[in-house]
Amino acid sequence: MEKVIEMRGITKIFPGIIANDNVNFELRKGEIHVLLGENGAGKTTLMNILYGLYQPDKGEIYVNGKKVDIKGPSDAIALGIGMVHQHFMLVHNFTVAENIILGSEPKVGLKIDYKKAVNDVKELADKYGFKVDPNSIIEDITVGQQQKVEILKALYRGAEILILDEPTAVLTPQEIEELGQILKNLVKEGKSIILITHKLKEVMNMSDRVTIIRRGKIIDTVNTKDVDMDTLAEMMVGRKVNLVVQKDPPKVGDVVLKIENLEALDHRKLPKLKGVNLEVRAGEILGIAGVDGNGQTELVEVITGLRKATGGKVILNGQDITNKTPKEIIEAGISNIPEDRHKHGLVLKFSLIENAVLGQHDKEPFSKGILMNYNKIREYAKKLIDDFDVRTPSEEVHAGALSGGNQQKFIAAREITKDPYLLIATQPTRGLDVGAIEYIHKRLVEERDKGKAVLLVSLELDEVMALSDRIAVMYDGKIVGILDADKTNEMELGILMAGGTLKKEGEHDKQ
Amino acid sequence: MKKLIALMATLTLTVGLFSGCAKQESQQPQQPNKPQIRIGLATDEGGKGDKSFNDAAIAGLERIKAEYGIEPQIIESRSADDYEPNLTTLAADNDLIFGVGFKMADALKTVAQNNPDKKFAIVDSVVDLPNVASYVFKEEEGSFLMGVIAGKMTKTNIVGFLGGSKFELIEKFEAGFRAGVKAVNPKAKVIVQYANTFSDVALGYEIAKKMYNDGADVIYHAAGGAGLGLFNAAKEMKKWAIGVDSDQAVLVPDKADVILASMIKRVDTATYTAAKAAIEGTFKPGTIVLGLKEDGVGISKTINPAVPKEVIDLANKYKQAIIEGKFTVPSKPSEVDSFQAPQI
Amino acid sequence: MTSNNTKNAVNKRYIQNAIDVLMFPLIAIVLGLFVAVFFVMWAKNLGFFDGVATLFSAIWEGTFGKRANFIETLVATTPLIFTGLAHSVAFRTGLFNIGVEGQFIMGMLAAALIGLIPGIPSFIHVILVLLGGVIFGAVWAAIPGYLKAKVGTNEVVNTIMMNFIAMNVSNYFVKGPIHREGSASSKMILESAQLYRFLGPSERVNIGLFIGLVLIFVIYWLLWKTTIGYELRAVGLNRHAAEYGGINSKKNIVLAMVISGAIAGLGGAVHVAGTIHKVHQLVGFTNYGFDGIAVALLAKSHPIGVLFSSLLFGGLNSSARILQKYRIPKQIVYIIQGIIIIFVAADYIYKWFKEKKKKEAIKNA
Repeated sequence: MEKVIEMRGITKIFPGIIANDNVNFELRKGEIHVLLGENGAGKTTLMNILYGLYQPDKGEIYVNGKKVDIKGPSDAIALGIGMVHQHFMLVHNFTVAENIILGSEPKVGLKIDYKKAVNDVKELADKYGFKVDPNSIIEDITVGQQQKVEILKALYRGAEILILDEPTAVLTPQEIEELGQILKNLVKEGKSIILITHKLKEVMNMSDRVTIIRRGKIIDTVNTKDVDMDTLAEMMVGRKVNLVVQKDPPKVGDVVLKIENLEALDHRKLPKLKGVNLEVRAGEILGIAGVDGNGQTELVEVITGLRKATGGKVILNGQDITNKTPKEIIEAGISNIPEDRHKHGLVLKFSLIENAVLGQHDKEPFSKGILMNYNKIREYAKKLIDDFDVRTPSEEVHAGALSGGNQQKFIAAREITKDPYLLIATQPTRGLDVGAIEYIHKRLVEERDKGKAVLLVSLELDEVMALSDRIAVMYDGKIVGILDADKTNEMELGILMAGGTLKKEGEHDKQ
Repeated sequence: MKKLIALMATLTLTVGLFSGCAKQESQQPQQPNKPQIRIGLATDEGGKGDKSFNDAAIAGLERIKAEYGIEPQIIESRSADDYEPNLTTLAADNDLIFGVGFKMADALKTVAQNNPDKKFAIVDSVVDLPNVASYVFKEEEGSFLMGVIAGKMTKTNIVGFLGGSKFELIEKFEAGFRAGVKAVNPKAKVIVQYANTFSDVALGYEIAKKMYNDGADVIYHAAGGAGLGLFNAAKEMKKWAIGVDSDQAVLVPDKADVILASMIKRVDTATYTAAKAAIEGTFKPGTIVLGLKEDGVGISKTINPAVPKEVIDLANKYKQAIIEGKFTVPSKPSEVDSFQAPQI
Repeated sequence: MTSNNTKNAVNKRYIQNAIDVLMFPLIAIVLGLFVAVFFVMWAKNLGFFDGVATLFSAIWEGTFGKRANFIETLVATTPLIFTGLAHSVAFRTGLFNIGVEGQFIMGMLAAALIGLIPGIPSFIHVILVLLGGVIFGAVWAAIPGYLKAKVGTNEVVNTIMMNFIAMNVSNYFVKGPIHREGSASSKMILESAQLYRFLGPSERVNIGLFIGLVLIFVIYWLLWKTTIGYELRAVGLNRHAAEYGGINSKKNIVLAMVISGAIAGLGGAVHVAGTIHKVHQLVGFTNYGFDGIAVALLAKSHPIGVLFSSLLFGGLNSSARILQKYRIPKQIVYIIQGIIIIFVAADYIYKWFKEKKKKEAIKNA
């Protein structure tokens, strides 16, 4: 077994944290090797070192048995290492081919040989079974396709070793399967692949070997076929993990949120919501499933007042709250764990104390008149931190200093403690580790059991299926089906998410 | 709170930095000469190198330096707010303090009152105090002669006046100039425009260009640095310009071919005279008016060869008439209309 | 982690933060002075140590050295406190109010106009003058603020235009209705409208300085102890999160501009009522508003920092005079100030890149 990559004794220290602690890692030729770990465990740091984005403080890297010094991505590319980041780095108004050749353009004289580029890309795509059109514009193709473009980009630059960072985060079940097939083709052609993920199901389906990393240290490297999901989860988290969300049947109450024929435009002023109808009742979790970009974000924005509705109604507890200001809507009793915690959830340069009252800073007891009562606010922040087990050195640190999981816990703490009628959670566990996911899930179910209405929007089908009592599938700005969570399956949802229709009954609760 | 501490520390360090150095401070820089009196001068915002008013004032003191070896202390003012502290600072170290420009009158008055034992002199304005000598010029008289030249040289019967800012002082230039034009060429029209700046060359250029386009073929300016824009426009459009304060054909040699002449204002004479009087103990407070008679204003040495001899002679005749008191040149634009120039 | 350890870690971080905050301003000041030494050596034909001695003794003398100079330092510092604070409030809300200069001018004009009204008892007259400055400045800033919030026009461009309009409006009055014959300025404001000069009527320093000092703490209190400040800072740091939290960012943009303009206008009124007692006909800007940018930048937009940085800039402006007395060109002072600004700006750019890199790192983590 030939080792194409060997990392020995890698140590990387960031201020206040040891991201990698004497890490050994090896990749064999022709294998798919998963680097498994929770968020913040150090897996991306390790791969960024391999790709030259960071320099290790200690340790050595060998590529094909030769010691190398990777000073930057260009060194890495020269050594045949390619990386596909979690967030794609594509030029949105360029074509697929233009993006792929960017930085290593074939030229005729000084002019880019676009024809050759298209042919090269086509050839490459066919070889590995990619279905992409080199002439499409990036912003017109799906996220799944964009990911393929990223992979092709790496291959075009001669990558023999591919690093994929959380590649399945943005894909539908069908697309994940397709990706699995592509990876198998690549391996067949002699490429070697490192997959960074924290999703156990994919580890089991896709990989040959797994290296588990926890808090910067390597726990073990094992053959996938020798382990099961529970064992992996335990190794990853360091304790027994409950992979299934425990919940009792819902005690459904009155309708809390009622949405009627809701319409809205997106940021380009094009119709995005095209008549959404939905009801969420007290004591239930309604999950919205769908591929990214089908109007979920806009729906939540309209409900919370951040986007204007151009038609239809949003009714909370019988009260029309359509196009009210965010402040009025918060006061009416809607809490929101937002999709993007850095953009919407927190003011990163505010302390946790200040963040604790975002949205209620002008309410007693946190302020009286214009005077803030920081003693009360500090107490409250401490309570949120204690109640939701937020790991932080103190309540005075900037929110930006916390790990993603702890930031999310803090936001959840703030939103849940507001004691709303309706709790909206958009992608509440994106980028979180298993421990934090488990915790957030538990709290959401608790709120439902307390009789709150919970609206869950997530791109992770597993999450929607595990938590929801009912699942609404959103496609092209409409709800195309509402299914009982325990009577449906991944296949059915996948078809609806892709815009298909179900022949058999299973649709119910038409409004 | 932490920022507060941080900033406290900044101050401590900053002060420490200064004071640390101050302790090993050398005695104040040497002042080489041991003259009987010390002289200070504060410029207005134009500062050194304005090729005009301030430079002329300094030139007078340069002559004093050459003759008596007294080096003046010169402080430039960044804005009108600086006049008073600048004069105060000079008053602390000097026996005779000059304020250059009428805008300094208020500040000089205050400082002169606060320092009754010091002598002060101001150019272009009158400060009525027992320790202040005020030097004012009859700019209208010199400008009148420029008006004579312009009135004779115009072919279009349209001439222009470009003023810096509509101060009363600058209006004296305008009034004298218009009266001069009227005296020799009653049919000629004078376009008057104020640029609202003494420094914006580009604006001076634009206004001048517009005046030339409107038919003017000679423009006289009293606009400091903005007047340089006039010369640029004149050169470009092959028209005539008239300079002010100094012999501008000499100071701006590349534009000498479009400058007919300049109205000389001997600010240097004022500063030189005042300083000399102070040195020799003959300094007298009060107002000293410098006109054609006192050689305080006049026609520049350099006159463009394009000006015919009879025009120069005519100007000189008017000069003689003014010196002899045969008539008075109006100093306010409002007086020009009723002004009747004697035929010469 | 024990709580003691936590505390130590927190303390350590405070010290680290303090160093981070102070590093660049201090380096900037030291480097500014260091470079200036070379110009002094060049201008005066001196060796290095003589150059250092000459420069520092001149700056020392000009800033604190003599009673008269120290008083002038305080006089020069006073308007910078106001303009520095005005910029700080805008910066904290993510706005760049270049219009502080124009708002300052409008405040000056207000003071001159109201200060000429006869027959008002002094106590009331002074209050009216200051209030007039506040209102003129606030209105002058509210216009671009409103345009920014409603139409989205850039406040930088609009406030620059407002500066020119302010200058011309002021000149209109100074040349016309309130012109004093034979001068390039307005009439002197009445004695009843003048701020008390606590070192005697011939020393220009006045209680405006204390108004500024009090205002520093008022602004500090406003920004960090009230819901208004909470909202302004939230909008400045993360507009999206603020809106998500029910904060009306448009309202806060207008409010920030109004507060900023009110401070600037008050500064202008204090300058007229306390220091100069009239308004000069302006042939150029007063520069107090523009110097305030540097003051706020050096202070990291912190009110307490404004106290020190305005003192530094006031001191430097005041010592420009003494430098010239020693025949060192006044431009040396502008070189020092320029270098300080460049370094502080470089710090901001550096931070911006660091932040960007960090954001990417977070995204990829």
